[in-house]
Amino acid sequence: MNLEFMRKGSVMVVKIDGELDLSTSPAFRKKIETELDEVETVKSLILNLEKTTFIDSSGLGAILGRYKRLSQRGGKLCAVNVPPYVYKIFELSGLLKIMSIYPTLEDAFADF
Amino acid sequence: MESNYLKVEFPSLPENVSLSRVIVASFAAQLEFTLNELEEIRVATSEAVSNCVIHGYRETDGAVRLELEIKDDELTIVVIDYGCGIKDLGLAQTPAYSTDPERMGLGLVFMQSFMNEMKLESETGKGTRVVMKKRPERGTEYGCPKQ
Repeated sequence: MNLEFMRKGSVMVVKIDGELDLSTSPAFRKKIETELDEVETVKSLILNLEKTTFIDSSGLGAILGRYKRLSQRGGKLCAVNVPPYVYKIFELSGLLKIMSIYPTLEDAFADF
Repeated sequence: MESNYLKVEFPSLPENVSLSRVIVASFAAQLEFTLNELEEIRVATSEAVSNCVIHGYRETDGAVRLELEIKDDELTIVVIDYGCGIKDLGLAQTPAYSTDPERMGLGLVFMQSFMNEMKLESETGKGTRVVMKKRPERGTEYGCPKQ
């Protein structure tokens, strides 16, 4: 799994390239925490799942952990380019109650 | 094809969770599952094997056994570990129950949601066995009803 970061104001976009599971979640967690530590002005996170090939509950847990940190900064968590089966697990897990989903990155930025 | 089976054992390493998904998805592709159903099977498998690593062996060394069968157009996935077992099956199957704040406790919920059947058997000190079954919704070959 590779992560690509892009920042626009107080919003950080993370493109997840690959699989987010038990094996890769620790690296995901660590890299995002490092970015959040380095840039204290980042309040919100957009996950770009265009190249994400798999997510399970381990991945969802890592995402939820990041949401908790962002909410302490008064920010929000969003996702874009969400594949249908990932949408279903977001739905089953209740993450849609705290996370906004947009078709594209442009749609997400329009809402900030 | 009337029936087929595959049995494989591997160490309880986080890296092998991905391997288990590849094995099961490749085996399941012998039936007429849709792409969406195959994704669901991958998630269910990932959850079951992850549970062996996280909870069965608490991230110590151990073996995970995967037994797959195709029979009468139905896929059966059995995931076995020889770890600590589950003390309270009822509590373990409570949605969102988890002792780890970074985990959502939804692995079993996903397994039940994505498979047609899911049965959990466990004995403390001996291990846990999960049996999951799924049939292709289409239930046909090449879109034609089976005679």
